Amino acid sequence: MNMTASHNEPPTKVTVRNLDFYYGASKALKSINLPLHVNKVTSFIGPSGCGKSTLLRVLNRMYDLYPGQRAEGEVLLDGQNILDPAVDLNALRSRVGMIFQKPTPFPMSIYENIAFGIRLYEKLSRADMDARVEEALRGAALWDEVKDKLHTSGLGLSGGQQQRLCIARSVAVQPEVILFDEPCSALDPISTAKVEELIEELSEQYCIAIVTHNMQQAVRVSDYTAFMYLGELIEYGDTDSVFTTPKEKRTLDYITGRFG
Amino acid sequence: MSLYATRRRRNSIATSLAWAAATFGLALLALILTSLLYEGIRGLSPAVFTQMTPPPGSQGGLLNAIAGSLVMTGIGVAIGTPLGMLAGTYMAEYGRYTKLTMVVRFINDILLSAPSIVIGLFVYTVMVHPMGHFSGISGAVALAMLVIPVVLRTTEDMLLLVPGSMREAASALGAPRAHVVGKVAYRAAKAGLITGVLLAVARVSGETAPLLFTALNNQFWSSDLNAPMASLPVVIFQFALSPYKDWQQLAWTGALLITVAVLTLSIVARALSAGRRKS
Repeated sequence: MNMTASHNEPPTKVTVRNLDFYYGASKALKSINLPLHVNKVTSFIGPSGCGKSTLLRVLNRMYDLYPGQRAEGEVLLDGQNILDPAVDLNALRSRVGMIFQKPTPFPMSIYENIAFGIRLYEKLSRADMDARVEEALRGAALWDEVKDKLHTSGLGLSGGQQQRLCIARSVAVQPEVILFDEPCSALDPISTAKVEELIEELSEQYCIAIVTHNMQQAVRVSDYTAFMYLGELIEYGDTDSVFTTPKEKRTLDYITGRFG
Repeated sequence: MSLYATRRRRNSIATSLAWAAATFGLALLALILTSLLYEGIRGLSPAVFTQMTPPPGSQGGLLNAIAGSLVMTGIGVAIGTPLGMLAGTYMAEYGRYTKLTMVVRFINDILLSAPSIVIGLFVYTVMVHPMGHFSGISGAVALAMLVIPVVLRTTEDMLLLVPGSMREAASALGAPRAHVVGKVAYRAAKAGLITGVLLAVARVSGETAPLLFTALNNQFWSSDLNAPMASLPVVIFQFALSPYKDWQQLAWTGALLITVAVLTLSIVARALSAGRRKS
């Protein structure tokens, strides 16, 4: 239901406010301000090292797994600041799912890959679990391909199938926001098209952020685009205007392939 | 052109040296194994597995030594494995970047290469001497101290091989740390972890020195952990040094048994880690 006109702002799910991020002493994000809208796809583009993945990893506080990384400022999820040290990280991550650049199936069966996440939050009967697994796999357009081999290893799937398995696994825990960190960079064009189609479908239910190096992909899947460069947010707006009438010269240079 | 020819010549010299060295090593190994097989099989009979170690000049077997080895190795591994695994898990999963981990890794490396007789003397000092007598349990403790560094090292190494992206993916679902480790990382490293334990068993089952000062030996059947206990390596040591023909024969047979057991464990470990690479 991507019918809302760009002037008519849809409700905001996530608000990034004056966000700075440090890897040790080096500053990777400088004073980022940005909204993510409900039922919309926002893409982050920019050359390597510009901080777009870093920004994504702040949104579910993935950086917390590593020492020496810290964020300052505010990231509001439904008005609650998730950078607050008191925030329950596991609960946060159950609300903000993430899909990675390389598919990351767990070393277990396809079925168990999906059930793993569900079991963290719900105790279901065998029949209910079967139904949830099927629902998740259908949601990721993978069911027909794997329904006869649910109990074989998830590592035996092709790269594109593995990535959709990961999307299914993420969707199965019913998050509110899904972050995609270059989800198609390891996939062939056909698998890429399937994942993109999936992202469009998912945006009907979720707030989605996607980091991509592929500008055509940003145009295809996203409603809003943020262009980042050297840790700064250079330009943010609805995708059409960022790509057709960018306000900043650096944006224009990047999207026309003059650098990056 | 001549440069190329020189390089080729050097290459063939180096290759033949490597071949010669490999052949020499393998030939020695083959020699040892064949003489062990030849001498050991001659003494192989049901009596080896059913009778106790004999006094000089009479018939007997190795039952008490086999049982003692199994018991002490079993207890040693049962004590050492959880300690080694937990420490290795801490180092790879929880304290990967801490000073404590670096210190423990350094000490563990020393422990890993420490002569096992030192471990034997240490356990003698802290257990045998205060207790006032040799005992099977102190032998098992000495073996446990040899198991710990091996298991710790392989646990840490195997967990470090699990890609960080796997942990991130599990964390991204909201899985708590213990879950990420127990359900995902352990699972991904399972074959490697089992291999580590098997290697530790193989390592300690042939150890003589730590048992000499702790379990000592026992001519008779004993299941009392508080009393001296026989073991294959110590019996082999004693019998092989003796002037009696039948003792020497039993020593050969005992050596064959240990070798076959260790070989089997190594093959199983190999097969497991090969399976890991495929999956």
